Amino acid sequence: MNRRQQIKLTEGIDWPTMGLYLGIVFVGLLSIFAAEYREGDNIWNDILHLTKNYSRQLMWLGVSAVLATIIWLTDSKFFTATANLLYAGGLLLLLLVLGIGKDVKGSHSWLVLGGFQFQPAELTKLCTNLALAKYLSSIETDFTKLRSRLIASALVLIPCAIIILQSETGLALVYFSFFLVMYREGLPGVLLVIAFSGIVLVLSALLVDKNILFIIFSVITVLVIYFSRREIKRNRSRLALILGIWAFCSVFVMFVVPFAFTKVLKDYQVRRIEVMLGKENDPKATYNTRQSMIAIGSGGFIGKGYLKGTQTRYDFVPEQSTDFIFCTIGEDFGFLGSLIFIGLYVALLLRIIFVAERQRSTFSRVYAYGVASIVFFHMAINIAMTIGLAPVIGIPLPLVSYGGSSLMTFTMLIFIMLRLDADRQMVLR
Amino acid sequence: MSVYNQPRKRVIQFIILGMVIVIITRLFFLQVVEKKYSKLADANAVLRKVVYPSRGIIYDRKGRSILSNDAMYDLVVTPINVKNIDTAYMCEILQIDKEEFRKRITSAIIKNGSRRVSVFASLLPPEMFGRLQESMYMFQPGFELVQRQIRSYPFNAAANILGYIGEVSPQMLQKPAYSAYNQGDYLGMTGLERTYESVLMGQRGIQYLVKDNLNRPQGPYEKGEFDTAAIAGKNLRLALDVDLQVLGEHLMRNKIGSIVAIDPRTGGILTMVSAPTFDPNLLTGSYRARNFSRLFADTTKPLFNRAIQAGYPPGSSMKPLTALIGLDEGVITPSFGFPCFGAYTYCGRAIACTHHNAGHAANLRLAIANSCNAYFVHLYRMEVDAAKWGGVKKGHQKWHDYVSSFGLGHRLGVDIPGESPGKAIDTAGMNKLYRGQWNSCSELYVGMGQGQVVATPMQMANAMCIIANKGYYYLPHFVDKIDNDNTELLTKFREKHTVAHVSDSSYMPVIYGMEDVVERGTGVSAKIEGEIVCGKTGTAENNAIVNGKLTKLKNHSVFVAFAPRDNPKIAIAVIVENAGFGSTYAAPIASLIMEKYLHDTISVKRKPQMKTLLEYNTLDPVVREKSKLDSLNGASAKMTSDEILKLYFRD
Repeated sequence: MNRRQQIKLTEGIDWPTMGLYLGIVFVGLLSIFAAEYREGDNIWNDILHLTKNYSRQLMWLGVSAVLATIIWLTDSKFFTATANLLYAGGLLLLLLVLGIGKDVKGSHSWLVLGGFQFQPAELTKLCTNLALAKYLSSIETDFTKLRSRLIASALVLIPCAIIILQSETGLALVYFSFFLVMYREGLPGVLLVIAFSGIVLVLSALLVDKNILFIIFSVITVLVIYFSRREIKRNRSRLALILGIWAFCSVFVMFVVPFAFTKVLKDYQVRRIEVMLGKENDPKATYNTRQSMIAIGSGGFIGKGYLKGTQTRYDFVPEQSTDFIFCTIGEDFGFLGSLIFIGLYVALLLRIIFVAERQRSTFSRVYAYGVASIVFFHMAINIAMTIGLAPVIGIPLPLVSYGGSSLMTFTMLIFIMLRLDADRQMVLR
Repeated sequence: MSVYNQPRKRVIQFIILGMVIVIITRLFFLQVVEKKYSKLADANAVLRKVVYPSRGIIYDRKGRSILSNDAMYDLVVTPINVKNIDTAYMCEILQIDKEEFRKRITSAIIKNGSRRVSVFASLLPPEMFGRLQESMYMFQPGFELVQRQIRSYPFNAAANILGYIGEVSPQMLQKPAYSAYNQGDYLGMTGLERTYESVLMGQRGIQYLVKDNLNRPQGPYEKGEFDTAAIAGKNLRLALDVDLQVLGEHLMRNKIGSIVAIDPRTGGILTMVSAPTFDPNLLTGSYRARNFSRLFADTTKPLFNRAIQAGYPPGSSMKPLTALIGLDEGVITPSFGFPCFGAYTYCGRAIACTHHNAGHAANLRLAIANSCNAYFVHLYRMEVDAAKWGGVKKGHQKWHDYVSSFGLGHRLGVDIPGESPGKAIDTAGMNKLYRGQWNSCSELYVGMGQGQVVATPMQMANAMCIIANKGYYYLPHFVDKIDNDNTELLTKFREKHTVAHVSDSSYMPVIYGMEDVVERGTGVSAKIEGEIVCGKTGTAENNAIVNGKLTKLKNHSVFVAFAPRDNPKIAIAVIVENAGFGSTYAAPIASLIMEKYLHDTISVKRKPQMKTLLEYNTLDPVVREKSKLDSLNGASAKMTSDEILKLYFRD
């Protein structure tokens, strides 16, 4: 009996995921240490007294291990059963923050519990993921229907909206990654194309003079009409469609984008986007990105060596143990190290997708895709931001950036998935 | 159901891989292709710091530092690296306008090219430095702050001796002599700073440091492998006594003139005051340029070192020298007398003498004690007309040789620049002046120290050394010793110059005569309790062109002396311009200085005398009005005479 229990404890765990998880967490600890350690620091003393970020991160890792164990020992039915409850609880928590939250670096998204700060916006990703999985897997849901799609979108966009109210735009954007899950579950592919075209439109509106853009659109429209004149003869509505797209693009570029940039977005957000596009030259505004690119760029092919980076160690890079943690890796380990590091993430993502696809229940599959989407969005935007490909929006690098809320949330996200995966033979609805 | 959506898994995988490929491509360009980032990283984190050696410190004879160092900062610019900075903000900190900013950048480029470092704003005041340091990250890498030391003068004294340092000028940099200097370096411009530049400057070093984002150095770069050490300048130890210097500056407040005191045994200058003087700290630090132009334009010429640059008729203080020449040539003996009844009339015009009574010049001692004009003009004639020379022209040349060996008429070679030669007319000069037609009557005034003989106060003090030493002197100099000296700079000051071969017994009448001057003659106000002082008052006439007319001005008050009579330790010359009789001002000033030097204190009895001297103001009211400096009095700037007295007398 005893022996059987022992076997059962680790039975069904997906070791590749587990290994990649541990590997990335380990790299994270090393990086936070490198960003903070100065010669002559008393490491043991710092660890014992929680005076440094790496020592606190070690503690959060301990807490995460406990959470992971609890989740692993929980019956997987629990998550399906409580998904909606947890979602409701998460929303309440978000609203609570809106009321009694604390301002940290301009975002009103933190709760103070004892001596520790906690960011519910991190945790609600988990709740939303569970609720979305629950909804999409329910018997009543027919995801080919518009109504279901709208409900699913609402599930995702409600927490997103509350988080935007908390001025934590970066974390709010993460919720859009759930549309990738919905795409997997049947959302029309044309939506992805439209979303992509939308981004291109916004970027071109910002980079190119709007009058020139209007002329370009008009020329393209005329050409399209000319080359598809036979089809238009056959089908008059095709002409209306083309002209409609032309009108939409023109209005969007000439009025909507300028309006959004002057009236809707906050000043600093506009500046960050302009920095990314290279339109902004103010050294104050470009400082973060520039220093971060210098740090990463100076790493060269093989890097300066662990603890040898001058840029990260001497505080040239801002937020270097949280949002800009990738700089430490880029500088100390160079292109080669970055490649291996990103490789770990890619392996983890592909493994999660593999795990997702082998699920027999819709709930588990949607949930696992949700995990993959969130990790992917975080990883891609965070790294892109440090190398000047994306505007600076403060979202952490999963499992690597310093921060208890983030580490615990990603740990729970992954371990719930592992639990579900271990029980995939049980037929769940 | 999952089978139904299988291709979508591929699409999602492609999206992930596509994004990752974009990121990796970008990383490849950043880290492998583009090389500028490692340079930028070094520019961020490696500080190339020119380590200015600390300049040598100057100590007085008792080891007190009278010129030392303080730290200040310069803002330097490398024009090519100035990009995208907030010019308006920088202008606001530096309190300049954009036009000035552009002008400075342009002139930096013209001076040094755009790739080299030029000084943009030097010696920042503390509050400006503070603001700049805080926001330095915004202005880098084009701008940097560089520490440098400035000179500080703890006693606020001896401005004209110590001199000041200034930035090396572009014209200087063109010359090979200044090849060791870079734009923005400082070097000694005047005074000892200039003469001893080569030993004071030391050697620059370069240090590479790792710094953090706030420009705080975090330690050596690559363990200091590329560093070169700075070698500190050598310290100078002066013969100067700063107590005497300060006392001298106090006594000379509100007067024009100078004091030079020399230790006759070594030639070491104990004090050299030129009044009006100024607080030397005005010429260091942030407001140097402004203060300099104010000093430069001042009507009282405080930058002019009267002790070595101004020429005065030596007046009666010349008489002992005339006597020495006579004795050395053998044209007279100490017992030689001259029947003077109040004037010298042998040359067709009367040269007045202050004494009328018969026998006041019955011998050399009496003639000196009574300062008989007739005696010495006659003595001059005897010297140049002596038969052994064969003619006045040769005789006068011989006289000139003597005077010259006493250090008159040419630069002595003191170790501060700017010395004036003074004047002692030679035969060629006479020929020119009188077109060849002249005799011993033509310029007989030189025998009594008027006319074609002009001396600096230092030359007068040096002449006193010769009499005090009975026939020799050492070149007057300030620097006694250079620490770890390996130069030849001081050798010439160790050489003894013997100028006359008169027996000691022949000197004694001259010395006794000078003793009499102080004991019972015109110099009684120079008496020092417990010391035998030998002195000579002088009342030098002087003329100046005022409104186009040659006008006789109030006489200069002159006093020369040495003490004690036996084994003299100090020789001194004091000139107070346009003050009248030598006995009134110059003599008591000299006496106070000597007493302070010999006894280390001033006896309390002299307090009223000193108070009078401190309060006495010989500055022309118009000059005083025009002179804008309230700090003209150097060490005693902004002090009242009572406050000064408290420094010397305890009540």
